[in-house]
Parts: sequence; structure tokens; C-alpha cells
Amino acid sequence: MIIEHPLLGPRDAAEFTYLGDARLIDRPDWQSENAAQEFFEYGYLRDNPAGWHQELWFHEAGDRSWLVVTRNTLTHEISKVELARDVARSRGRSK
Amino acid sequence: MTQKNRIATGGQIDRSRTHSFTFDGVTYRGHPGDTLASALLANGVRLMGRSFKYHRPRGPLTAGSEEPNALVELRDGARQEPNTRATTTELFDGLFAKSQNRLGSLKFDLLSINDRLSNFLTAGFYYKTFMWPAAFWEKLYEPLIRHAAGLGSLSLKDDPDVYDKGFLHCDLLIVGAGPAGLAAALTAGRAGVDVILADEDFRMGGRLNSETFSLGDASGADWANGVVAELESLPNVRLMARTTVIGVFDHGIYGAVERVSDHVHTPDAGKPRQILWRIYTKRTVLAAGATERPIAVENNDRPGIMLASAIRTYANRFSVAADKRVAIFTNNDDGHRTAADLHAKGIKIAAVIDVRPDAPKSTNYEVIEGQVIDTKGRLGLTSIEVKLTSGSTRRLDCGALGMSGGWNPNVHLTCHQRGRPVWNEALAAFVPGDHLPAGMTVAGAASGEMSTAGALRSGAHSAMSALDLKGDIPSFPKAEDAPVNLKPFWYVEGCSRAWLDQQNDVTVKDVKLSHQEGFRSVEHLKRYTTLGMATDQGKTSNMGGLAIMAELAGKTIPEVGTTIFRPPYTPTAIGVFGGRHRGQDFHPKRLTPSHHWAKEQGAVFVEVGNWLRAQWFPRAGETTWRQSVDREVLATRGSVGVCDVTTLGKVDVQGTDAAEFLNKIYCNAFAKLEVGKTRYGLMLREDGIAKDDGTAARLAEDHFVVTTTTANALPVYRHMEFVRQCLFPDMDVQLISTTEAWAQYSVAGPNSRRVLEKIVDQDISNEAFPFMACANITVCGGLRARLFRISFSGELAYEIAVPTAYGDALIRKIMEAGAEYDITPYGTEALGVMRIEKGHAAGNELNGTTTAQNLGMGRMVSKKKDSIGSILSEREGLNRDDDLRQVGIKPVDLKASVPAGSHLMSLTGPVDAAHDQGYVTSACYSPCLGHAIALGFLKNGSERMGERMRLVSPLTKVETEVEIVSPHFIDPEGERLRA
Amino acid sequence: MRYSGFKVLKEALTGHKGWAPAWRDPEPQPHYDIVIIGGGGHGLATAYYLAKEFQQKRIAVLEKGWIGGGNVGRNTTIIRSNYLLDGNEPFYEFSLKLWEGLEQDFNYNAMVSQRGILNLIHTDAQRDAFVRRGNAMILNGADAELLTTAQIKERYPFLNTEDARFPIKGGLAQHRGGTVRHDAVAWGYARGADSRGVDIIQNCEVTGFRIENGKCLGVETSRGFIGAGKVGCAVAGSSGRLMAKAEMRLPIESHVLQAFVSEGLKPVLPGVITFGAGHFYVSQSDKGGLVFGGDIDGYNSYAQRGNLPVVEDVCEGGMAIFPAFGRARLLRMWGGIMDMSMDGSPIIDKTHIEGLYFNGGWCYGGFKATPASGYCFAHLLVRDTPHPTAAAYRFDRFEKGLMIDEKGMGNQPNLH
Repeated sequence: MIIEHPLLGPRDAAEFTYLGDARLIDRPDWQSENAAQEFFEYGYLRDNPAGWHQELWFHEAGDRSWLVVTRNTLTHEISKVELARDVARSRGRSK
Repeated sequence: MTQKNRIATGGQIDRSRTHSFTFDGVTYRGHPGDTLASALLANGVRLMGRSFKYHRPRGPLTAGSEEPNALVELRDGARQEPNTRATTTELFDGLFAKSQNRLGSLKFDLLSINDRLSNFLTAGFYYKTFMWPAAFWEKLYEPLIRHAAGLGSLSLKDDPDVYDKGFLHCDLLIVGAGPAGLAAALTAGRAGVDVILADEDFRMGGRLNSETFSLGDASGADWANGVVAELESLPNVRLMARTTVIGVFDHGIYGAVERVSDHVHTPDAGKPRQILWRIYTKRTVLAAGATERPIAVENNDRPGIMLASAIRTYANRFSVAADKRVAIFTNNDDGHRTAADLHAKGIKIAAVIDVRPDAPKSTNYEVIEGQVIDTKGRLGLTSIEVKLTSGSTRRLDCGALGMSGGWNPNVHLTCHQRGRPVWNEALAAFVPGDHLPAGMTVAGAASGEMSTAGALRSGAHSAMSALDLKGDIPSFPKAEDAPVNLKPFWYVEGCSRAWLDQQNDVTVKDVKLSHQEGFRSVEHLKRYTTLGMATDQGKTSNMGGLAIMAELAGKTIPEVGTTIFRPPYTPTAIGVFGGRHRGQDFHPKRLTPSHHWAKEQGAVFVEVGNWLRAQWFPRAGETTWRQSVDREVLATRGSVGVCDVTTLGKVDVQGTDAAEFLNKIYCNAFAKLEVGKTRYGLMLREDGIAKDDGTAARLAEDHFVVTTTTANALPVYRHMEFVRQCLFPDMDVQLISTTEAWAQYSVAGPNSRRVLEKIVDQDISNEAFPFMACANITVCGGLRARLFRISFSGELAYEIAVPTAYGDALIRKIMEAGAEYDITPYGTEALGVMRIEKGHAAGNELNGTTTAQNLGMGRMVSKKKDSIGSILSEREGLNRDDDLRQVGIKPVDLKASVPAGSHLMSLTGPVDAAHDQGYVTSACYSPCLGHAIALGFLKNGSERMGERMRLVSPLTKVETEVEIVSPHFIDPEGERLRA
Repeated sequence: MRYSGFKVLKEALTGHKGWAPAWRDPEPQPHYDIVIIGGGGHGLATAYYLAKEFQQKRIAVLEKGWIGGGNVGRNTTIIRSNYLLDGNEPFYEFSLKLWEGLEQDFNYNAMVSQRGILNLIHTDAQRDAFVRRGNAMILNGADAELLTTAQIKERYPFLNTEDARFPIKGGLAQHRGGTVRHDAVAWGYARGADSRGVDIIQNCEVTGFRIENGKCLGVETSRGFIGAGKVGCAVAGSSGRLMAKAEMRLPIESHVLQAFVSEGLKPVLPGVITFGAGHFYVSQSDKGGLVFGGDIDGYNSYAQRGNLPVVEDVCEGGMAIFPAFGRARLLRMWGGIMDMSMDGSPIIDKTHIEGLYFNGGWCYGGFKATPASGYCFAHLLVRDTPHPTAAAYRFDRFEKGLMIDEKGMGNQPNLH
């Protein structure tokens, strides 16, 4: 596969390490009342669609960016690649 | 031997030179341009192999890579190569080949008894028998079957050849250099784009080399030569003959194998045997041509029975007559071409038997409307029996029979991304479907364009549309443009032992049985009968089987469907996928900064991941590793030792939020760590299990240096970047892995300060630089360095780091400075012994299933802050009273050992899994204590100090009584490291 | 119809006219006591044991395509019970024991071949871990033997021990491990189940569950509604897609695992062998093909095909230990969907919906589990309590922190 890195252009997927569902960005609040349940769901129940999937890839043999790749799990087609940091910010993560 | 079947003139062989070669011990001659199969046929040899199951005599069915029958063991010694297709093996001088899959000689194969027993050995017979007595399957039946099965033999010697891998990039990849591929290449090449044209054959031109068609005034082969010459002159075109595109992978990546040296006796010095190319391309034109299919006729598997197109290829390209008398059995016009070409070369045509009433007639030879219903000839065809439409039968003497059942487009690569071909009624064949791999277009016969003119047109057109070129398509010379006239005809009514899969011996009868027993889906058919599972992967067999199944099931062929085409297109040497990654080059070697110095000292090295680390440093007179390790430990604890610890991961953490960041990644608190201090840190995974441990040294308010274990250097860095970029993107913190940037040594032992004082420029007295201190310092009068007063051994100890380039100099300097204290280099074994003596956890304890509690560090998990893993570490299953706790273990009989991997059981009671109390993680002999010691995990272990238990290792036949003790065997109060 | 050598002989002499279909092709009934979704190895085994061991009647197996077309029909055919953890080892040992008597039990020669499996050891730490594992196996009643390099070399003289980047320091063998003819497992169970009255309904895709008041009443299918007292799902790689129809999210990701077979070769490999310093394992089929594989590709996928880097990685591992395989040719590569669970271990459990049961999360180890999985799932479906050997395979283990993590990789499916 080839991943169109937003900063570096097309890079072979072999340069990357895969993590999984980009929901892993949405780490729950540790002080939430339901923290135990929320962390369980965060840790163990991930999206696993047969179709478009937002997922985290780490450019390990490259610039060490974490990317959010939108990829179709049926065809492996990639429609979008973003810096995970930008996605995290857009989802309200900060410090 | 003479080349008795060589036609006097013509062909694309170099008659001016002769190659000598050996097959089954007999020496023959052929010419450059021959394949092994064509040369053998030229010499009158048509028996080349035996079939898989019945060991029926076999000759070549084809003249290409789809060959199921003529498989040989090529070359000898370590280069012996089983199952090599004689039909694609380029003849070279000195070629050596043997027939395979026989017991006895090829002519008298004792296993041909199976053919007599064929009535018992029908499809799937083995599923129904060999079950009694139960023990006999493995002892008797299976060994017999295994020895009879298999095709060729490996030499079982290491492959002596080298394989390479490489990357290529292009705008347009063209697969196949027949008329369509050449036309596409010419169109794209002239347009100036980067083109790769790959063809599996050693001669480009595809079918043009096998036909007598002319293109304009030139023969097809000459035209192809001219085009190839022009393409060779274009710098933007890369021509790759002997290159098979084996698979289509995601996003325009194609796998291709170039056979660099298979056509020579041994590879030239420095040349690989083959190269695996990964071709990255935006657009692809698939011009892979088509493969003729046979017709199922009773006993249609004898040597001499071939595809009609193969007989034509042997005659036209290789100038070989398959026999002096040849018959053709066809359902379409193309079969007649073979007859016409052979006749023109003076070969006698016994008859053309055509199933169609409207077959073209000939004045040169007899055309019979009818069917071939049987054949004769024990080791090769001698005659055929023909049934005329009138009902009468005739026997025709002939030594070769060409079968033409129509052509199947080579759609394989269009299906590698799960595309399904679609049925074309006119061709009675599957053609590429709509769901092609992205960027692929199909041209020529592969797309169903069966005429030469059509191939040229579609090739050029495909290139233009793929590249979005404007204007007229290039003009090509006038070429044959005949339509396909065909009457679908798959098998002769009433046939039974009519071969579909010639290699696996799957006959029409087997397909009928498969249907009878309910194995009716195409995948069941394949699996039950093994149809299409031979080395040609069904290229010559599948369609016949499908057609028969369709008829039996009352369905159409497309309703029955096809099996899935998967890579590789043709079988591919495992070696080429391995490339140079074998032997010592399997993985790269990482060498520590002191490696060369350690080698000078005679160190023994050990693999730690990709690193090589000094394991111990033997000295003269030491005969066992234990002697060396014991000495290193005692010397370190008694005076001073030095060890290269560069392999530990190092991550530089900088920024105003650095401390807050460490608070997130470690379960214990870091925010209040003073500048100039180091702290042990335990890192959890988000699931609450211990991930890694190490130290974090605060060199400045906004600057930490984090260490990780050797094994986790990369995963921990990746995890830290995840936390930084994905979870806390606005933290002002930057990370960089500096594992390779700093050479780091542990200097340990009571005299370590005295040694370092001679090197370090600053004051490192106990007051100025106490336990857990850290600082940026200089050594040797100004070289920047880092010093950490941390201890893995439990001794007064330091870790000192200098830029890697100075690593070698520093170890030499330390040794020089330590000489007066008999400084002793120690390796990973002594390091391990000392950490076990001290009770420090390492990889064996941090095994991915242990919690902070298990490790005796439960209280470290701060509940006052948010850190990775703290919430899920609270789950009930991770906090049970009888959880495992890390303990020390010593033998009651001090002479006994306490091997790692042993399990702990109560002194009394059964020894089984239900009564398992824990296990030993790390063990060693402690030279300081004079007996074996171990660390382990024991249920509720921290409450069981002093308890005696049974340590059992039934695997290694060990059982010994042990005492549970504190894991801190040495200096439990930590006085030494604070000294 | 009973299969036997005599029957084969008789049929051979009488033109094979007497062979009946191995299983019927029935129309679905409107209602069954138990409906199993998934005509793969696990689903068919479940139906077989339901009928044979638990005396259940009115059972259907619904298969969207043709039976045995999923992972049971495309795997590397290995059986073994060399597990470490108490949650796993008794189950896999139970499975191995069922394999040992399977052919006589279901009257089909699935070619269970206990050729032995050998895990190579390359470091001292690896040896420690394998000793612990071998001991756990023996303590659970399985067999294990620690072999020296010399003993291994006797069996595999062409193993690269001289020029190995990662030296071979021994191996852990389980002699009762081995291989089985994978398709025959599906067919044998199907035939055995069919002959005991189970309706095996092919080309019947489940499109939804009918759930009312928290109870599953049956399934909507491409061939209409089929009512059921209980519904058991055993669809491996399709678990996520299927259970989503019941609005369940699973602790499972779907990944692609590639596997490979070479051209047929005369016998060279006596048993199954796995490389401990790379991703490679191999055995040789009765037909002569080297059957080998390695790691999963590592990204979520339902595409049933993988990519070239993993092909290379696997073959590099192969060449590292068997440089003599360089001239053998890879014939075919394929990819299957693995339902990779969050701790690498399976789930056989009730769901929160009454009457709906789940069997999945087998990662790439489902084949060897087939008999015990079927048996234990049948047990659960009939008794509503887990079979003792599968008691740990619960949904709630993640919530409770009772993971069964053989590899110690945590909640990261692609690392299991």
C-alpha cells in the first residue's frame, strides 16, 4: 500500500506501523464518573467496519508523525490522510 | 542422437551454434533459441514426465508457462530445481535435467501400477478409507501416500545462488510483449512517458513468434523485432524480457520476477539468479494474451497430444515437428491454422477433425466432421479413433494430436484484487470483468480481442486512454483480422477417463462423481477432485471441469462460476522473495560502541534483538562460561566493573510541559522531580499492565532523559509519540529517540567513583553527586557527557554517556583509569546475575501480563493524577488477593539449581495445573551467595516469605524443595548504592 | 452410508454408482430448536456435537456461501495444544484429544497426522519462557519435550544451524501436534451432522436477527425468516459484521492473514516447525506442498488478500532457517479474514440478548480448536453454562481484567 503523507507525499506503507481505530484519540476523562466503563469501551471496543475506516498509522521509518488514514477495509483504497495531531485538536484534545 | 524432428529451415533458433544437453542420462543437441521441451521434441523425445496420481506417461501439453506435464528436475547438486517446466526452460550448453516422480525409469515407472488401480483411486477415495485400525494411518497408509505423492525433489542443500530485490517506478507498466503489448509500448514510448514492458518469455513478440502471419510486408516475428529495436532506442522505455509479473498488490504495486541467470549454466560472478522487482505504477496495460484449452477425450493425455497452438509454436518458432503425422481435433477455426502451417512445412496432416458441420475445407488435407473418441499408444500416441457424424468410426495413425477447444483470455492479474471475470458468449470464455485493479486496462487477447489487428488496435488504444493521450492512434501495418468462429465443445459424450487436469489426474469421471456426491460448487469441485490445484493452477484444466459441472448441474458456466485467481501468476522461487535476507544477513546487526574493543578482549557476543552485546569476557584458563561470569560479578562487587549499556533505549524529552508529559506516561509521579535528579519510572499500557520500566533524569527544568529497556526502545518511543501527538497535542513537549546518539557505560562497584573521578571534569563526590543524581558534565578535559548515578547491579554505580563517536575512546579511557583497581569488563550474563541478586525486574518479569502489583510496585501507581493505564489497572481481575507477587526463591539444598520456567507447588498435594502456585521467571547462580537463586511469581507471594515449596519442571525432569525469600538477595537496605 | 475400505472396493467394481451425496441439500424449515450461523468448521462441528453428544433435534446450519469456504478451507492445517495459560491449555488439550479420535468418530478420513510440532528457541530468555510453557502443558496433561539442537538436527538435517543470524538453541516439541486435511474436517462434520438430521442450508445469508423484548426469536435470511429457539453465531472473520446486525460491538478486529503453498515436492519435512526469531512456520502436506505462513499483515481488512511486504517477510524467515527451500516454488498465496480478539483468545459465550450465543475471536488459531470449539459451543447452547475447559472464554473478561493473553501484547489485536 501507499500512504499519501500530508507532509511528505506518497510513502510505502511498509514504513509505517499500524495501531488501529482512530477512536483511540478519544481517550476518556480519567475523572469521569463512569471512567471505568468508559476506559473499558475505549480500550476494548473498537470500530471494525467492513468499509471505510479511520485508523492510526505511525511513520516509524520516516518523520515519526502519527497519521489518521481513512481506508476502505474491503478494497484497501485510501481516501484521506491527515496528521493525527490535527485530528486530535479538531476533536477537542489539548493538554 | 540426431534432431530427427527438426524441420530443415526456418524458426527462431540459431542453427549456427549447437548446445549439448543431457536428459535422463542421454546427451542430445539443440540450438540457442530452443527450450528444453523443443529441443527434446526435436530429438524425438516426447516422454518427459509422469502424472501425479496414476503415473501415466506424459509429454508436453503446451509450449509455455502453463505447462502441467513436462516438469523436470533441472540442474544437479545444490542447484537442482524440481518441477521446472521444460517448455519455458531456455536451452543452454551443458544443461542437465532428469525426469521426476517415478519409481524406476521414466519408461518403466513401477508406480504406474496406480493406473491399473485407478478405479479404486477415484476423487476423494482417501476420505472414505484408511481409517482402520486407527493407528495405521500414521504408521502405514500416510507414509506410503506421502512417498508416492509429491512431484520433484529438492536437493536439500543450501541454495548457492543469490537473489536480489529492487524497486522500479514508471508511468505505465505493460504486462506482455505480444502484438497488443508492443503496440501499447510503442504508443506510450513515443509519447515520452516512462514505460516498463515486461514479458515472461525470453523473446519478446508473444504469439507473433509462433505464427506465420505477416504484418504488412514483414513476418510477425520480424515486425516484433523491429518494434523491440525501436523501443530499445528510447531512453524512457525499459524492456524486461524473462520477467513475469506475478501479482497485483494494493495501490499500483506489482510484483515481478526477472530471471537474470536461469538461462545460463551458473550465474556470472556478481549476478543474482533472479530479482524480485516491486514495480510502482499509476497505470497498467495488461496484455497477457490467451491460453488455448484442450478438449476432454478418452485417453487424451498421451505424449504427443498437445494443444494445437503448441504444435504450431514448436513448428513455427522452434522449427520442430511434433511428429511426421499430425491430426488436429478442433471446435474452431484456429485449429485449422495449425494444420495449414504444418502442411506448409511438409508435415503430413492425418486429418483435421472438426466438431462443426460448417468447418472450413482444405484441398491440402482431409477435414472430417466428427469427434476424436479415443487414442492409442503406450508411451506416446500412435493412433486415434474418430467417430464421424455419420456414426461410423475410423482409426487414424498419427504421432501427434493437436487439440483446439478455443482460447481463454489470461485474466488472472485482473482478479488479484478480487475482481471476477465475466462470461463472453461469442468466445465461450471468461473475459475481464468491470472491477479491475485501479489503473489497469486490458488489451489484446487478454481482453478478448483475438485477432492480430485487434490486438494492435486495442494495445495502442489502451496506452492512449491510460495516459490520456490525445490524437490518432499510431498506424500499424495491415495484419490478420479474422473473427473467432467457434462452437463451444468441452468433452466427448460418453468419455470417462478423459483428462481435464493432466497433472493431478482429474478426469471427466471424477467431476461426475464429485457432482454425484454433492460437491457441486466450484470450490467444492476443486477441493474434492483437486481439479485446478496443480502447478498450472487450472490454466489448462479449469474450464473443462466447469463446463462439465455446469452441464451436470443444469446451469450455465457463468452460473457455476470460477475459483479465485491468486498470485503468483506462475510458481515463483521462494528464494527470490527472501532476497539477500538469509544467513547472517537475515536481519541487520547493530553493534555497540564498544563492540570492536570488546572483540579485541575476546568477548563472547549474544544476540539481543538485532544488537550484538558482549555476553562475557573469557580469560585464559577459564573453561566454562560460569567461571567467567562468576569472576566478573565478584570483581564488580569487590572493586569495579564496566558494561556497555548503550542498547537501552533513550528518549530525550524537552519542553515546558515535559514534566507533565512524563506524569502521563509513567504511573508514578514526576512533576516534582528536582533538576539534577533521576527517578525510576514504571510505564503501564492503557490496559493497566506494565509496559516497560526505566529511569527519567531531569537535566533541566524543561529537559528529561528517559531510558527504556533494550527490547522496548522502539515501542516505547512510538507510544510516547502517540501520547504526545494524539492525546495531548497542545503540550509543549518534543521527543527524540537518542538511543544511537549516546554511547553509555555502566561503571559499577565500590571503586567506581575513584575510576570516574579520573575521567570526569566535575566533582562527583557523594555529597556533590549523590545517589540518583544526574548532570550534563564534561570528561577528559571538555568532552560533553552525561552522568547518572543509577544502579542496576545494586552497587555504587554510575552510567556515563558520551556522543557515540567517542564511545570507543571512552571505554578505553575507563579501562585505563580503572587499571589500578583491576577494573573488569562484564557482559550481559554478569549484568543479569547482579540484577537478579538485587531483585530488579527485567524482561522475564515484565512479560506483558504482569501488573505493578505483581511486581511489588502496586503503590507506585499514583491515583492523584491522570496517567496511562491507571484506570484500567483497577479492574477486579487485576487486584485479587491471591494475585501473583514477585518473590525470591532459593533452594533448600544449596547445591540444587532452581531453573527458570519451573512451576511452584505446595510441598504436599498433587502436582498439576489446578494446584499451580506460580513460576520461576529468572534464575542464576549467585557467586556472592554461593548458591542458585531465582526470581519468580507466586500467588500471594509477599505473604509467604519463608515458606517451603516444591519447585517442579516435569519438562526437564527437575523437582526440588525451595524456600520463598525476599527478592532482594543482596544489600536489601540499599547501603551500597548510596555509599 | 458408512464409508470403509470395503465400500470403496465394492463401488470400484460396480462403477461407483452407489455413492450418495455426502450431505443433503434441504429447504429451510420455518423453525428450528437451534440455528447455527456459519457453515465453517466451528459451525458444522457445533451442529455435529449438538446432534451426536447432546441429542438435540431440529438443528440447522445456515451458510451464506458453500460450507467450508471460510477459514477452515484456507488455513495451514496445524493442530497442537502447546499453550501456556490455564485459560487456554485445557481447552486446546481437549481439542487435541477430540482430534485424536475424530476420524473413527465421524467416519471420515480427515488425515489427522500427529507428525509433531516444534518451536525453535533462539535465546536464553526464550528458552525460559518455553520451559515454563512446556511445564504448563505437562501439568495440564498434554505432552511436551525440550529438544537439543543436536536432536533437532537429526530430524531436520538441512536446518540452518551453521550460518544462522539467530542461533538455534533448542526447541520445544509437542509430538502429538501435527496437521489435518482441512477441507475434510468441514466435510466430515457436515456429513456426520447431516446423517444425524441436521439441515445444512447453503447459500442462505443471514441478513438480520429478529429480536423482541431482549430475546432473539430467529434470523432473517436471504431465503426468508427462520425461527429459532436459540441462535449460535460461529462466523469467524465475519463476526463483527454479523453481530453488528444485533447492534453488538465486539472486542474484535478483522485482519488479513496470508498463507502459502509451494509446488508438490517429495517428502522433506517430517513435522511442523516454527521459527522463533522471525515470522515463519511450515509443514508439508501429504500431497507434497510446503504449507507455510507467518505474521498477519497487521491492518484491519476484509479484503481476503494481503500485500507483498508480508510475503517477503515470511519467505525471508523461511530462507533463514531452510536455505535449501530457495529453489522450491511458491505456488499460491491467499488471505483469510481473522477475527483478532483483544487478548488473542477466543470468546464462547452468551450475549446480553436471550437466545443469542456467540463463538468467535479465534484469531489465527481457530482451526486446531475446531472440535473443542464445536463441542463447547454445543454444551453452552444446550446447558446454558460454559463447558469447564472453555469457562474463561467470556465476554466480560475484558471488563473484569481477566484477559487470557498468551503473548502479553495487551489490547492490541494485530500483535497477538
